Amino acid sequence: MVPLNWYIGLSAVIFVIGMVGFIVRKNILIMLMSIELMLNSVNISLVAFSHYLQDLRGQVFVFFIITVAAAEAAIGLAILVALFKNKAAVHTDEIMEMKG
Amino acid sequence: MNIFGLFDGLIGMQGSLALNILIIIVKIAVVVGITMLHVAYATYFERKVIGHMQVRLGPMRVGPHGILQPIADGIKLFFKEDIVPDGADKPVFKIAPIIPVFAALSSLAVIPFFEGFVIADINIGLLYILAMSSLGAYGIVMSGWSSNSKYSFLGGLRSSAQVISYEIAIGLSLVGVMIMAGSLSLNDIVKAQQQHWHGMYLIPQFIAYFVFLVAAFAETNRAPFDLPEAESELVAGYFVEYSGMRFALFYAAEYMGMIIMSSIAVVCFWGGWTMPPVITNAVPAIKMVPGIVWFVGKVYFHIFLYYWIRATLPRYRYDQLMALGWKVLIPLALANIVVTAIVKFMS
Amino acid sequence: MLSKLFFGYFAVIMVALSLLVITRRNPVHSVLWMLVLFFHIAGLYLFLNAEFLAAVQVILYAGAILVLFLFVIMMLNIKVEITAERFIGEWPIGVALGLSILMLIYFTTSKLIQGPAGQFSIEAIKAETHTKALGKVLYTEYLFPFEIASLILLIAIVGAIVLAKKRG
Repeated sequence: MVPLNWYIGLSAVIFVIGMVGFIVRKNILIMLMSIELMLNSVNISLVAFSHYLQDLRGQVFVFFIITVAAAEAAIGLAILVALFKNKAAVHTDEIMEMKG
Repeated sequence: MNIFGLFDGLIGMQGSLALNILIIIVKIAVVVGITMLHVAYATYFERKVIGHMQVRLGPMRVGPHGILQPIADGIKLFFKEDIVPDGADKPVFKIAPIIPVFAALSSLAVIPFFEGFVIADINIGLLYILAMSSLGAYGIVMSGWSSNSKYSFLGGLRSSAQVISYEIAIGLSLVGVMIMAGSLSLNDIVKAQQQHWHGMYLIPQFIAYFVFLVAAFAETNRAPFDLPEAESELVAGYFVEYSGMRFALFYAAEYMGMIIMSSIAVVCFWGGWTMPPVITNAVPAIKMVPGIVWFVGKVYFHIFLYYWIRATLPRYRYDQLMALGWKVLIPLALANIVVTAIVKFMS
Repeated sequence: MLSKLFFGYFAVIMVALSLLVITRRNPVHSVLWMLVLFFHIAGLYLFLNAEFLAAVQVILYAGAILVLFLFVIMMLNIKVEITAERFIGEWPIGVALGLSILMLIYFTTSKLIQGPAGQFSIEAIKAETHTKALGKVLYTEYLFPFEIASLILLIAIVGAIVLAKKRG
């Protein structure tokens, strides 16, 4: 039997990778994908908890997270398309109109 | 059986582990081999059917009535040069044709061909098939993008939008069947249909069947929804840059997709390998016929339907296609779900 | 032992894949590595007896969300993207921040005490099938959040159309 801690460790590592990806990349698309990575890592830990605590509530939560992730991806990509139409920019450092 | 049960079954029985694996491998080999043969002859069947519908003869040269034509085609494609265009994204270009074939072949694992013969009877069978068919879009998008050509790019864009839109309709149309059968396992769905006198969900779920059929045509990129290929405007759409074996893989994946969609239609709406109890009760001798005969017969009826419609209807315009998917099929499927749920709740 | 081996394989591959996702220069390659990652996550769910979620993971994440990403990436100009600088200048700070948060998670989870087990043991779920058990919890206890989730999706549909529509 795999200890529960291993799953949490795996989830934490992937979460941190996603977070670092969000911080260090310039491309907004990769940043959105990093968010998906973080949400997925949380899902892994929730499913693992649900399995080890023998309670299905964790998996119901995963359901809601997937819903929110889908909504987030749709809106995020729509914003990106609108941005690309106006500025032809997908890099965070190219968008600096507000810079004083 | 649970998917996990498959693991348990393999690992748990120490003594017969090798035997179990051997049986599964033999089953897979039989199913894949027979399907590939059917794929090859589905192309021949198509050319013959459409030929006769257009008052032509179709292939006649290779063998009597051209019966060896698919083998000749296969050998020709196999020995052709595999060209990778300049400026293509090589790894993506090479992987792209494998994905639809892989997705189609893995869907075969859960289809029950006759009583007791299924490679893996998992209890989420229908969801598994939906998951696998949703992967088909990757092959199209990847080949369209990586070819570095305008035609294939346009074909890929069109096709991926089309496949994603119609996937929703397919999923929603099958929900009615899921509600009526109360299960996602394809085996249970077939058995649940035997509880009714008509023995097929085609009759109570005719709206769902219509939606499924139209969406299946679009999902497999067949006429009248073959805009991604549209040979008269986009040459061949997303696989225009492919040649030789990789082209053959795309071609085979399309026919495999047709066979799988037909099999799902047969299993979910036509009672799979069974005949309606009305008929079997009236003529008990029919029970003697092996179930695979009915299954293959029903599948071939659907495949014939594909060809018939290809020979009859002209191609849809892109905006008409999208309007049909989103404004007709999806609302119809949703209404069907509501009605089915109410009927199920009342009884 | 065998299950630990399986987990080890999944863990190593998944970490490697997520690193590939965030470091690739070409976003299409990132998406494709992410596709492989999602399959591994679905495999891990099967391992945890959550077969319904595994199927949903493939259908929704791999079949819908990632295709959406691929679709948008294809419409952007990839040639500029490949020559541009990948990371921000201050990337070591980001990595250090990530490592410190990993340490923080390690210190908190090492003191983890497992709570009492609930009623849905593996046998109970197997007897009822996972889909049915999950559905019962979702549509009774979580009916209201479920309705809210549908509202979120509706807003997302409307929002995406409004944002991406041509003006004027």
